[in-house]
Amino acid sequence: MTGVPSLPHENRLLRLSGQIGLGLLTLAITLLGLLLVTFLIGRVVPIDPVLSIVGERATEAQMQAIRDKLGLDLPMWQQFFIYVRDAMQGDLGTSIRTGESVSSEISRYFPATLELATLGTIFGTLVGVPAGVLAATRPGSIADQIVRVVGLMGYSMPIFWLGLIGLLVFYGHLGWVAGPGRLDPAFGMMMEFTLKPYTGMILIDAALNGAWDVFANALSHIILPAGLLGYVSMAYISRMTRSFMMNELGQEYITTARVKGMPEWRVIWVHAMKNVLVPLITVIALSYAYLLEGSVLTETIFAWPGLGSYITNGLFAADMPAVLGGTVVVGVAFVTLNMASDILYRLVDPRART
Amino acid sequence: MQLKHGFARAAALAVLMMGTSPMALMAETPADTLVVADAIDDIVSIDPHEAFEFSGVDLNNNVYDTLIELDPTKPGELVPGLAESWSVADDGMTYTFKIKSGITFSSGNPLTAEDAAGSLRRVVKMNKTPAFILTQFGLTAENVDQMITFDGDTVTLKTDKTYAPSFVYNCLTAGVANIVDMKTVMEHEADGDMGNGWLKANSAGTGAYVLKSFKPNEGYVLEARQGHWRGDAKIKNVFMQHIPEGATERLLLEKGDIDIARELTPTDLEGLAGNADVKIQGDVGGQVYYLALNQKKAELANPKVQEAMRWAIDYTGMQDSILKGLWVVHQNFLPKGFLGSIDENPYSLDIEKAKALMAESGLTLPIEIGFTVRNNQERMDIATSIQNTFAQIGINLVLDVGDGKQGLETYRGRKHDITLQTWGPDYPDPHTNASTFAMNPDNSDEANNTGYLAWRTAWDPGAELNAETAAAVEEKDSAKRVEMYGDIQRKVRDHSAFVLMFQQARQDAMRANVSGFYAGGATDSASYWTVTK
Repeated sequence: MTGVPSLPHENRLLRLSGQIGLGLLTLAITLLGLLLVTFLIGRVVPIDPVLSIVGERATEAQMQAIRDKLGLDLPMWQQFFIYVRDAMQGDLGTSIRTGESVSSEISRYFPATLELATLGTIFGTLVGVPAGVLAATRPGSIADQIVRVVGLMGYSMPIFWLGLIGLLVFYGHLGWVAGPGRLDPAFGMMMEFTLKPYTGMILIDAALNGAWDVFANALSHIILPAGLLGYVSMAYISRMTRSFMMNELGQEYITTARVKGMPEWRVIWVHAMKNVLVPLITVIALSYAYLLEGSVLTETIFAWPGLGSYITNGLFAADMPAVLGGTVVVGVAFVTLNMASDILYRLVDPRART
Repeated sequence: MQLKHGFARAAALAVLMMGTSPMALMAETPADTLVVADAIDDIVSIDPHEAFEFSGVDLNNNVYDTLIELDPTKPGELVPGLAESWSVADDGMTYTFKIKSGITFSSGNPLTAEDAAGSLRRVVKMNKTPAFILTQFGLTAENVDQMITFDGDTVTLKTDKTYAPSFVYNCLTAGVANIVDMKTVMEHEADGDMGNGWLKANSAGTGAYVLKSFKPNEGYVLEARQGHWRGDAKIKNVFMQHIPEGATERLLLEKGDIDIARELTPTDLEGLAGNADVKIQGDVGGQVYYLALNQKKAELANPKVQEAMRWAIDYTGMQDSILKGLWVVHQNFLPKGFLGSIDENPYSLDIEKAKALMAESGLTLPIEIGFTVRNNQERMDIATSIQNTFAQIGINLVLDVGDGKQGLETYRGRKHDITLQTWGPDYPDPHTNASTFAMNPDNSDEANNTGYLAWRTAWDPGAELNAETAAAVEEKDSAKRVEMYGDIQRKVRDHSAFVLMFQQARQDAMRANVSGFYAGGATDSASYWTVTK
């Protein structure tokens, strides 16, 4: 298709491993840079982490003891070095505020965010892509206007307000979905005491345990916040799909296909879509990564114990190990998604393989 | 293909079940279960000897007990807890407590005097943040084994000098003096932590409930114990859910998915008024709102300016609008409910009087003063109101808005001009506030006595007030002690670097069928074992 002769087998393997190596190197450098910036910010904010541990009434001696324990008197580069060394061994340190290991705290908060973000992205993609295509194929029509207005609302309305209105309507008035939180208390108890945890994602764990009543309850809790996040990413995805698709539909090969008498759905969904998919993958991956950071406002309204509130709480308490740990996880998610979308490119676009 | 089928089946089932999910049917929480919503992200630890935040102490109040307790109905009066009787020897330094018999911990272990002595020693030896409440009696890790002893069913506590007995007793009602099951706790000791790590996720007390699960920033579950010494709790399970957003709590309460909402804003409370399914229960809290005027700034050390400021604040206006239901006018440093608290609020907005005082100050008006305020809605509203009224008397306030911790650093570093702050008592005795508002043994920068609010704002109360405050904490006659605190409060209210404005009020909204909930007033914490539905 591209006219490039296929390469010998070993050569491609070599190239692939080279690319993976390069990817890993990028990952390492990105993470190091990320850590450095976060670390520096943590040190320049005028907040004393010791105060948040010992409280207002502590004596100077009590404060000094904590300072020594945390190594806060060491030179900054040394503190950073110690942190990176431990992080490389999977030890993200101990939360200053709670005294718990950051890794174990994150392993509790991240699945909640992952579950929400994944469902949100699925919603956003399933609705956003067809809506974008619809708008692109009928530019200026009523359908296009509707998609634009709905998308614009998703962009411009504060998510806080949207969330509250969503709760008021679908939970408060209509009673179609369950309220804030991940489960009703009774099911929460069941989840915690009788079911076997696998992933920390309630939907998956409940399904694996065959506890369908828990599953249904979790679903009725997650549908609204996931729908809300999905709406916001849908707004972005549909706008991008529309412009990518418009661009493709103006190309000569599309005209050729139409002249050949190919059915319109095939022109759009097969021929044009193939090319739209390449940039679209990046758009979807980016919006997924954005949701993985954890949306603090959504988490607050829906009492969702996710990564966003974890990092924010950490920041307010000057709990740098928690903030850095959260940042590392978000960073890894970002870079991984980036790599995944790179790999997906190669699958959908043979030109990228060379 | 198989997988696809499985997934499709699961999805279909899920959709089917959504219609029949108990959620959709359940209008109310189960009769033996209490679901409470609150913001509990303040919790640092739930080890009773480390916990010092409101939510953690609330939790502990339901799973642990102290030797003696404060009578919620009569400020300053003591009632038995785990001790059936207590007394102080003639030397004024030896306190004895006789432990009740027949009380068991949640593990089944019987409560002994050894547990009581061991628990108080543990507080001192671990020396976590609230430990000062006990160590202020001269207890150290080195001497505590001699100062706190037990024999048979009696615990003896020795202090380093004589104090007002009511002071010692009041401190022993604080959460830090909760008694733990030392045998169980020490079984879980790791690296010499005296079981601190274990108690951060478990409970080992004599309280009406036992902790079933605790997830930071998410919630906790308490389960009632059979055969509790106070009588069995009516509510079998208490679910605490961390819901930081007031509007969300309100919605849950209206729907009947929670029984009590504890983090509502005035707007939410207003919205709930008139709803027959919901009732609102008022109570006081222990915190006070005040202005601290840095005495290093000459204009703020001028007594006429200080007095003018007291007359240039719209106390009732703020109370009735922006602070509705959450704060009430209170111009004395001891919150209502404390031993020795007084009710007089002599100041009100009087611009003319304030102007006249400013004219007498000898300053060239207007003056420009910095105002350090924490960036949150309520504080900004208060700051704006004060900025407005102060401007009318020739004081232009320049707002310095920042994060709470930042503002605190400025205050502790004596770098503010005026700062808007709240203060919450550390333990239920008047000395907790008197010692910080009316005492400052050394006002020099080098002293770095950040524990004293008077030092932070560079105010020297003078030898006389320092001495009077020191004497009040040693006064054996409780009636006399009450009188002394009244006098100290008036002096601070009328002639100090502090402008006291409001006391915290609490508004808990609950379903109409919930009764018997006690929020704890200014001196105690929430009690769930008294609740019925």
